[in-house]
Amino acid sequence: MRKYSGFAVAREAMRGHKGWGQQWASPEPRKEYDVIIIGAGGHGLATAYYLAKEHGITNVAVLEKGWLGGGNTGRNTTIIRSNYLYDESAGLYDHAVKLWENLSQDLNYNVMYSARGVMMLAHNVHDVQVFKRHIHANRLNGVDNEWLTPEQAKEYCPPLNISASARSPVMGAALQRRGGTARHDAVAWGYARGASDRGVHIIQNCEVTGIRRSGNGQVTGVETSRGFIGAKKVGVVAAGNTSVVMQMADVRMPLESFPLQALVSEPVKPCFPCVVMSNTVHAYISQSDKGELVIGAGTDQYTSYSQTGGLHIIQHTLDAICEMFPIFTRMRMLRSWGGIVDVTPDRSPIIAKTPVSGLYVNCGWGTGGFKATPGSGHVFAHTIANDNPHPINAGYTMERFTTGRLIDEAAAAAVAH
Amino acid sequence: MLLIHCPYCEEKRPELEFRHAGEAHVARPADIANISDAEFAHYFFYRDNPKGVAYERWRHIHGCGRFFNAARDTISDKFLTTYKAGEPKPELVEAANENKAEAQKGNSAK
Ligand SMILES: Cc1cc2nc3c(=O)[nH]c(=O)nc-3n(C[C@H](O)[C@H](O)[C@H](O)COP(=O)(O)OP(=O)(O)OC[C@H]3O[C@@H](n4cnc5c(N)ncnc54)[C@H](O)[C@@H]3O)c2cc1C
Ligand SMILES: [Zn+2]
Repeated sequence: MRKYSGFAVAREAMRGHKGWGQQWASPEPRKEYDVIIIGAGGHGLATAYYLAKEHGITNVAVLEKGWLGGGNTGRNTTIIRSNYLYDESAGLYDHAVKLWENLSQDLNYNVMYSARGVMMLAHNVHDVQVFKRHIHANRLNGVDNEWLTPEQAKEYCPPLNISASARSPVMGAALQRRGGTARHDAVAWGYARGASDRGVHIIQNCEVTGIRRSGNGQVTGVETSRGFIGAKKVGVVAAGNTSVVMQMADVRMPLESFPLQALVSEPVKPCFPCVVMSNTVHAYISQSDKGELVIGAGTDQYTSYSQTGGLHIIQHTLDAICEMFPIFTRMRMLRSWGGIVDVTPDRSPIIAKTPVSGLYVNCGWGTGGFKATPGSGHVFAHTIANDNPHPINAGYTMERFTTGRLIDEAAAAAVAH
Repeated sequence: MLLIHCPYCEEKRPELEFRHAGEAHVARPADIANISDAEFAHYFFYRDNPKGVAYERWRHIHGCGRFFNAARDTISDKFLTTYKAGEPKPELVEAANENKAEAQKGNSAK
């Protein structure tokens, strides 16, 4: 693999950029692998990367039915934060933020992590109380989060309308300064490059259609659109399609898949310095380095695999954006799209072993898993390599829906991007 | 936005009048205090979440206010039928296949 550096850029500039080479290989599948990962989104690729890097397991394939990063990884609004309520969440999401901070160096790939701050707006007394409770809980867990008055919020984000006559007046905000954004595609590409360099096979256009098991129930491999491929262990990281893939091994999941939409505006000069989220009016916004406003909407109410959602959902979000940021009322929107997010009853992920021996699952990230990509891949690789969870994901089992030990961020935040 | 036929009002109305109410035909166990935790989890938390025909509840919340059931193809989002609460689950495999063929031709309804 060619190392990227300032020197390399200068050298390539001198010779017409002909020496860069491919970022990852596209090999033919082997007959058998030690580990097969189903799904080449950020989480699957990160899992493969850490399997190779931290556990020395390099006979690994990542199978992707479409193209690498073409699922929710390439469709999300890239908000990164770790100010969740519960101890388990603080552990998992802050583990990810710590990895984000050094990820570009680790991967030798610019993932453009930008800790520009994530500000969550409080619009009513309930919001104020809930956010303050979060701030205290976060501090106890060593996670930064601070309370801002409306005036301080406006100072941090000048386009914000804090007029008391706004339809949803701003009563304050919670700010996590270490929160921010990263470039979604670069995250998938950087992990793919790092994994491929360590010997992992990334096989695109290869849909898994079955999970084969031996007489005693142990996983032996997967049926795919390119034939049977053997595997000692299989990790399912298929986001919105997890229920469908797990059904191939006769495992029913506590999941429902919903469309979630986002949209971008025409590009404009830098005018929006941070990320702003409002759970109550349901909109969130940041500005990409290209200059587009990146705006996230809510989920549709019905389950679907269509990767599209209703226009009224987007309109509702834009109503809220125009109310909070009157300077954007004349912006034109360029594109909108949808992804299918897999939602658990408590809105926390499942990163765990399954009832089938040799089968592991990492799912249920719902509307908010991009932020966790490095941490999720890291602990899932540990779980697969050791057939035992990492302490950080020990509570993220499927059994919690039987024992009642939920990690109930659904009740804590009502929304979780 | 979906157009949904309410079997009580007997007309198609825009989705905004309706509230999705989850998977249909999930029967509450009669002896709920005596079932195992695993059985309760499956009743309460686990869902089929099918890619294809889904049976689901809707409520005409800004209309007649009543709950009813629908069969919808979750790939095209096209409704196959709606029916009154309490009526049996219709068999719809063929309708779904037609829907799929139509979706592949690129003229799915949505
Ligand atoms: C519009 C939108 C906005 C979002 N905003 C945010 C945000 O601001 N912050 C945040 O933290 N999160 C956000 N999310 C959530 C986030 O995108 C996801 O939680 C995260 O990207 C999931 O990553 P993944 O790798 O698990 O899934 P994906 O990237 O979806 O990867 C799963 C892959 O599995 C493949 N696959 C499925 N079935 C098969 C099969 N049978 N065989 C082979 N391959 C298969 C799919 O093609 C896909 O590429 C958002 C999501 C959406 C849709
Ligand atoms: Zn009605």
